[in-house]
Amino acid sequence: MDWHILVQQLVNGLTLGSIYGLIAIGYTMVYGIIGMINFAHGDVYMLSAYVTAICLATLFSFGVNSLPFALLATLVMTMVITATYGWTIERIAYRPLRGSTRLAPLISAIGVSLVLQNGVQLSQGAKTQGVPSLIPTTLRFGEGDNFVQITLVQVMIILVSLSSMAALTWLIQRTSLGRQCRATQQDRRMAAILGINTDRIISTVFVIGAAMAAIAGVLVTLNYGSFDFYIGFVTGIKAFTAAVLGGIGSLPGAMLGGLILGLSEALFSGMVNTDYKDVFAFSLLVLVLIFRPTGLLGKPEVEKV
Amino acid sequence: MPPAAVSSPASRVRWNLVFRQAVLEAAAAFALALLLFGPIVGLVLDGYQIKNEWQRPLPIATIIAVGRFLVALAVHTPTGQAALERFNARRRQPGVLVVGISEGDRRRWWLLAVVAISLTLPFLASKYWLTVLIQAMIYVLLGLGLNIVVGLAGLLDLGYVAFYAVGAYGLALGAQYLDLGFWSALPLAAMLAALFGGVLGFPVLRMHGDYLAIVTLGFGEIIRLVLNNWLEFTGGPNGVAAPAPQLFGLEFTRTARDGGVPFHDYFQIAYNPLHRFIFIYLALFLIVCLMVGVVTRLRNMPVGRAWEALREDEIACRALGINHVLVKLSAFMMGAMVGGIAGVFFATYQGFINPTSFNFFESALIVAIVVLGGLGSTTGVIVAALVLTILPELLRAFADYRVFAFGVLMVLMMIWRPRGLMRPRRRAFEVKGLCP
Repeated sequence: MDWHILVQQLVNGLTLGSIYGLIAIGYTMVYGIIGMINFAHGDVYMLSAYVTAICLATLFSFGVNSLPFALLATLVMTMVITATYGWTIERIAYRPLRGSTRLAPLISAIGVSLVLQNGVQLSQGAKTQGVPSLIPTTLRFGEGDNFVQITLVQVMIILVSLSSMAALTWLIQRTSLGRQCRATQQDRRMAAILGINTDRIISTVFVIGAAMAAIAGVLVTLNYGSFDFYIGFVTGIKAFTAAVLGGIGSLPGAMLGGLILGLSEALFSGMVNTDYKDVFAFSLLVLVLIFRPTGLLGKPEVEKV
Repeated sequence: MPPAAVSSPASRVRWNLVFRQAVLEAAAAFALALLLFGPIVGLVLDGYQIKNEWQRPLPIATIIAVGRFLVALAVHTPTGQAALERFNARRRQPGVLVVGISEGDRRRWWLLAVVAISLTLPFLASKYWLTVLIQAMIYVLLGLGLNIVVGLAGLLDLGYVAFYAVGAYGLALGAQYLDLGFWSALPLAAMLAALFGGVLGFPVLRMHGDYLAIVTLGFGEIIRLVLNNWLEFTGGPNGVAAPAPQLFGLEFTRTARDGGVPFHDYFQIAYNPLHRFIFIYLALFLIVCLMVGVVTRLRNMPVGRAWEALREDEIACRALGINHVLVKLSAFMMGAMVGGIAGVFFATYQGFINPTSFNFFESALIVAIVVLGGLGSTTGVIVAALVLTILPELLRAFADYRVFAFGVLMVLMMIWRPRGLMRPRRRAFEVKGLCP
């Protein structure tokens, strides 16, 4: 393989990987704090893609001409609305199930996922939707047929996801809220005894996860331009794979797992076969679970009575 | 137990405060609903433009606000208090209803009546209703199979449709490449599905149960993608034809192919295209009866008891020396096998299959059947499968809302009755003279 194709695939993989990492944060934080796989998270991401397109179209229909302002406003609005969805889902579908059977939250999450998918399909129609290509700028390196092409959106994706990861790390490591999150993750009952409102912390985690998924949704929508109500399903499983790969419950692990998954998927589709790239990602999940269930940065799970 | 008298009698409730609180909560709910539904439901994407449909979210938000208001008021009335108490008490009750060994003899008559009705129904039904009945029976079989995995063993399998697909493609591809007939493909496809279940389940079942859910979800998608992309072998999206069933070599066609004898010629009766469907239905019914018998017996055998014990407390079971991987694997493979059998019947009834029949919604529908039927209850699963497949046929106008309604029902069921509508029953072993 020529070097320029390799570099091109690496750039694509890096972009894809940052997106997976952003979504994986929602899985890993929720799993870390209440030990539950939030199946509806992929569909929250799908929802954010719709909200992005709706916000952009609304802003343009009101005659907003400044592109940076429109993008910023869309990002903020999408984050707010998607985070509200995250909060509401936790409140309605998961909180009443604390202390219920082990299977109950999982089934409830499947229900939420179906409701979101079908609700969006019913209200927005089943056809593929899209946004116009807003930032067509591309950077080219190399001459003739051997070139590497990086779009401005790809650069933006990597920058925005890295900075939001940094912001989240700061929030978790340095602020009082982050300390409460970490305490609740380590021992929920003890945290409650020490005066932490654990229910509110759990809600906060869902809000953070949904907001990160919203950032991913905005970036993906700007990059690919088209989406439908089904995208949350496959992307959700892949982001979960990223979370498991990095070690579920670990925040840097989610980002690392996302990058590794994105890179290996891009290389696989570049070198082997595009049709089977999803199969490759899912097989990777099974292989990781067999050989290293704790992931790269995870701590081994201790079962206690 | 008079809960209203203890906690807050209606006379001492300060209604003006309650009312103000209710209004505030209703207003908050209204604002929240508007934020949630406003953009998604109210602004419809149309190309790169927006269609304004504000008349849609407003009634939804109003209904939610009024509902919130009424609930906030109702919990302060004695009736509301009593209802809340009952609701909480029901959620705390144990999962399995233990009945005495003497009870339940009357159910034999019911069983006989149900069997008699099920056997006569296909001869009276039109072609349309016959196909509906066959579909319902296929879902009963799928529900029973998944019930072993989800209901009895407590393993959430979200890719059950993969085994269904393995069974269906086992028949179709077996007929195409190996020249297998329906009856020889039936056990082979079932074994193939069980093998897939074993290969998939073995590595994953050693880990925390939640991983299984996502791995099976991925596996269901892998199978569908492979069936879709492997054009040379499976025909891809174009699908593949599946052979029709035969009765000891008698075909259900008007004129036999390759020198065989058609069913109606052999028995000297007029040709009726419904014969094929009636035959599929009856064979399916026999298999379902067999499954019910097998599952009922298995539940009283050590392996069945181990399934349910593992569902309730895995650590305790392992401490008692139960090999949790093998026990779970047996449930998983058994469920996969039943899924494969259902797939064979689906393929032969359709006569033609393609990967679109095996998407995630199908898996979700089967999970919904098991959940609504009461995780573990055979009767409940059969009733739920019949209701969930026949009801949408009656309510064609609301077909679009079917999946939506399933989702809402699943969430509500988990909040209201996490153990399902019908609690599974288990016979107690009474030994006279031992227990006081």
